[in-house]
Amino acid sequence: MTTTTRIERHHYDVVVIGAGGAGLRAAIEARLAGKKTAIISKSLFGKAHTVMAEGGAAAAMGNVNSRDNWQVHFRDTMRGGKFLNNFRMAELHAKESPQRIWELETYGALFDRTKDGKISQRNFGGHEYPRLAHVGDRTGLELIRTLQQKIVSLQQEDKREHGSYDARIRVFAETTITELLLDGDRVAGAFGYYRESGEFVLFEAPAVVLATGGVGRSYKVTSNSWEYTGDGHALALRAGATLINMEFLQFHPTGMVWPPSVKGILVTESVRGDGGVLKNSDGKRFMFDYVPDVFRKQYAETEEEADRWYTDPDNNRRPPELLPRDEVARAINSEVKAGRGTPAGGVFLDIASRLPAEEIRRRLPSMYHQFKELADVDITKEPMEVGPTCHYVMGGVEVDPDSGAAFGHVRGLFAAGEVSGGMHGSNRLGGNSLSDLLVFGKRAGGHAASYADGLTARPKVSVGAVEAAVETALAPLQRDTGESPYTLQQDLQAVMGDLVGIIRREGELVDALGKLAELRERVAKVSASGGRRYNPGWHLALDLRNMLLVSECTAKAALERRESRGGHTREDFPAMDPSWRRVNLVCSLDGDTVRLERKPLPKIRAELIRLFDRAELAKYLTDEELAEFDALVTDAEAEEASK
Amino acid sequence: MAEQKSTGAGKSGTKRQFRIWRGDESGGDLQDYMVEVNEGEVVLDVIHRLQATDAPDLACRWNCKAGKCGSCSMEINGKPRLSCMTRMSTFEPDETVTVTPLRTFPVIRDLVTDVSFNYEKARETPAFAPPADLAPGDYRMQQVDVERSQEFRKCIECFLCQNVCHVIRDHEENKPAFSGPRFFIRAAELDMHPLDEKSDRKEYAQREQGLGYCNITKCCTEVCPEHIKITDNGIIPMKERVVDRRYDPLVWLGSKIFRRGETPQTSVTTPRSGSAAHSGSPAGVHSHAGGSHDPRAEAQAQRGVNWHREVPKPTAPAVDDRGKLPLTELTFDRAAAPSPFGDDVTFPLPPEHLNFAHPEQDKH
Ligand SMILES: Cc1cc2nc3c(=O)[nH]c(=O)nc-3n(C[C@H](O)[C@H](O)[C@H](O)COP(=O)(O)OP(=O)(O)OC[C@H]3O[C@@H](n4cnc5c(N)ncnc54)[C@H](O)[C@@H]3O)c2cc1C
Ligand code: SF4
Ligand code: SF4
Ligand code: FES
Repeated sequence: MTTTTRIERHHYDVVVIGAGGAGLRAAIEARLAGKKTAIISKSLFGKAHTVMAEGGAAAAMGNVNSRDNWQVHFRDTMRGGKFLNNFRMAELHAKESPQRIWELETYGALFDRTKDGKISQRNFGGHEYPRLAHVGDRTGLELIRTLQQKIVSLQQEDKREHGSYDARIRVFAETTITELLLDGDRVAGAFGYYRESGEFVLFEAPAVVLATGGVGRSYKVTSNSWEYTGDGHALALRAGATLINMEFLQFHPTGMVWPPSVKGILVTESVRGDGGVLKNSDGKRFMFDYVPDVFRKQYAETEEEADRWYTDPDNNRRPPELLPRDEVARAINSEVKAGRGTPAGGVFLDIASRLPAEEIRRRLPSMYHQFKELADVDITKEPMEVGPTCHYVMGGVEVDPDSGAAFGHVRGLFAAGEVSGGMHGSNRLGGNSLSDLLVFGKRAGGHAASYADGLTARPKVSVGAVEAAVETALAPLQRDTGESPYTLQQDLQAVMGDLVGIIRREGELVDALGKLAELRERVAKVSASGGRRYNPGWHLALDLRNMLLVSECTAKAALERRESRGGHTREDFPAMDPSWRRVNLVCSLDGDTVRLERKPLPKIRAELIRLFDRAELAKYLTDEELAEFDALVTDAEAEEASK
Repeated sequence: MAEQKSTGAGKSGTKRQFRIWRGDESGGDLQDYMVEVNEGEVVLDVIHRLQATDAPDLACRWNCKAGKCGSCSMEINGKPRLSCMTRMSTFEPDETVTVTPLRTFPVIRDLVTDVSFNYEKARETPAFAPPADLAPGDYRMQQVDVERSQEFRKCIECFLCQNVCHVIRDHEENKPAFSGPRFFIRAAELDMHPLDEKSDRKEYAQREQGLGYCNITKCCTEVCPEHIKITDNGIIPMKERVVDRRYDPLVWLGSKIFRRGETPQTSVTTPRSGSAAHSGSPAGVHSHAGGSHDPRAEAQAQRGVNWHREVPKPTAPAVDDRGKLPLTELTFDRAAAPSPFGDDVTFPLPPEHLNFAHPEQDKH
């Protein structure tokens, strides 16, 4: 076959797939280690999803409250993830994020400052002290731009030394990787296409770092962009690596569902805190019907009492709109499924009829302006239409905590950022992602470089594998009998949104798996019209199989985990079950079927578990584990006494 | 309230006419589409609907759909805009919406252009030079001191400013020497960075980035979706300080004496306003300080360079019979883009109306 000989080939030591925070940090590290490094990105350089992060990056620098330190951060992270986190990752993250943030300043970042000139830190849900380094509400932009500019500065160095900007680090923008190529069980390269021309390109490299971000595009309502099709998750599976925690997705209970121009954009929870109420299409304030028994004592039973709380919180109980996220989401979900939702599949969040326009604008200036400018929605005049929105995936490639090397039977594959799993357990704290990108991006890049160093012979890409990759990639263009990729994407989003969404039930999950199997047949026959040059229909057709594979993992794991924890809520098993805390669900690929296995969680080191109170641990641990903890404490005390 | 709102969502959209440029570097044309538009949508939503229906291979860039990534730049009814931030409700109900790719950059396909020019310029702009004696974690800066640079760091690299700048719009020949407003503010940002070690950012901008080509038409500021005051806060201070240094009286005198082969800056203005200007009393000054009462500006104006002077205000070209701007090249009656000086201005302009600093002048 002649096709393979005409394919553009590049040789690198380390190939980083993804140009978000994790990918760029990994690439910088690999280049600093002296490796010839390529960065590959589906969109233009500097546009990756990381630009969207607003809140900040969590790092226990202690600039605002000097009592903050890594132990406190570690504790918060473990609590947030409901103890399902890989403890070693949470530990490394808490210890190393301050250095990673400070390092950004040496690359030129300009964070907001405290009075004494240090990096300012803000409060965020779940963090005990003010901890998020930020720049207004555009922290993600600052992060990605800083890393982008650091890469430019390295390229300028290379230009001075070697005469070419691209001598040791090169960015391939608008290039999509569709396949990883192996030599036995070792990574040998990556295969993809230039979006611009539709031409294929082959990167031969012994080490590949995945930093491709998340999977949100499989959901109808999401804050994620078109890039989030789970490519890295799927590439890893097909290369023989494993995924963990795929049942855990973070949904925000109140994202806009209408109008379309703001669909997926999050409405801060402070709208409810400031008096906003949730109503169904009958105009009923329905949250009163959804107060769980355990919360009865704290929450108001009548609208009158609830309304009094805003001015007199000491003598009244809280309005039920202020129930925890999961409860709010569950209530919205039930209303919509009972046919009392809005046509767009949400409910109304009304602040307009509750506060004077003036007051709303004063308390929620950015909300007001955002919706006014983006959608011409005046939140002082009309209610918002909101519903659960898919935001972040906790699950991802199972990695070695220290090096980011993928588990399973593949060598030379590393992962960092949202595509990797374990760090956040069953739920991520706000702000922990941006620092996660930096900490594990650096680690993955460094370890990929030393792995490449340690090889005696370079793995080889086989001609057959490249030919097969070409064939798979061209197939949708050559068929004209199949369905449109856009229809298939909509159908997939409907299945995932309706049946594997924020609140899950056994029956629906079984149903979803059936529908996904049907979709798999249809996706295998998808056809895209048009040519190879910048053809979004074709690109989507190729992304679909990744979305489908990852969705299957999520649905399977969600069906298996018979408890509710963090980002996984089962209506039929509403409580957290300590015996499930000891289990990770691990997905792997067997031929082309997803296999699910249970794997015990690594045991938390003694000095780390002792950072917690027994009373707190009792909520999470089994009796057996608690007994072990008690023994540990007694031993330690005995040792101390003997000194 | 609930009912009133639900009708909004349920109402099936009206059909609207769109004209979209389809083609590639070998040519193309505007194609008509009738497409459903719903209440509350932006232009990008409509383009996505077209992709899902009539035009599955219609090429367009986007990422965040929230005005944060700067991917979805295009020209909508001739105006450079982010398509995810352009609401359909800003058009008349029966208005045809014409969407074309950015004009300053070569077309790849449909609405996607080759913006690599910007990445090349970014690569040429010298990077942040960290202070050698400060360890990570020891950086101390006051909020007031970082704010000036932070304004420029809001840039989402949508390149709309680059697209409207007349120096390179339709002037391919200026591209090698001119970095454009996006990179002037990058230089300004570093110049104002409290800890940047490099001290010749302005000179560099003048010498290597072609700052001298800019004559402060402010078109860039006008289109910036982040509302960065590109000219007032970035370009003008950069120019001023270059001017300050260059026109340090002694240096200035020196250059007058030693650079004989060149036309001194003052000669541009002397024939017309020189005599009046030399009267020395502010009342009698008829320089082109553009109504500025800033004595420093006035003093500069005497030397022929004054960045506060008002150049002719950009004027939009004549509107058509519907009162709209016929702004795309295909519907416009002239061969090129409307002049940023306004189409009612005749050339040559009187020399005292020009701010000109030759890009080569600092190389000596
Ligand atoms: C609206 C919003 C707000 C958020 N706010 C915060 C916050 O305040 N704090 C916080 O900590 N986190 C926040 N997050 C989460 C955080 O932004 C993301 O988790 C994080 O940016 C992910 O970074 P990443 O480096 O893993 O991937 P990304 O930045 O998403 O980058 C992925 C990269 O991989 C590339 N890629 C993907 N597939 C392929 C392929 N097949 N071939 C080649 N390249 C590919 C993409 O082009 C892209 O460059 C927010 C997320 C959203 C959506
Ligand atoms: S002010 Fe005018 S000439 Fe100067 S950079 Fe901006 S658009 Fe270009
Ligand atoms: S300065 Fe403004 S217009 Fe120019 S690229 Fe940046 S955001 Fe866009
Ligand atoms: S899609 Fe990001 S700015 Fe429009």
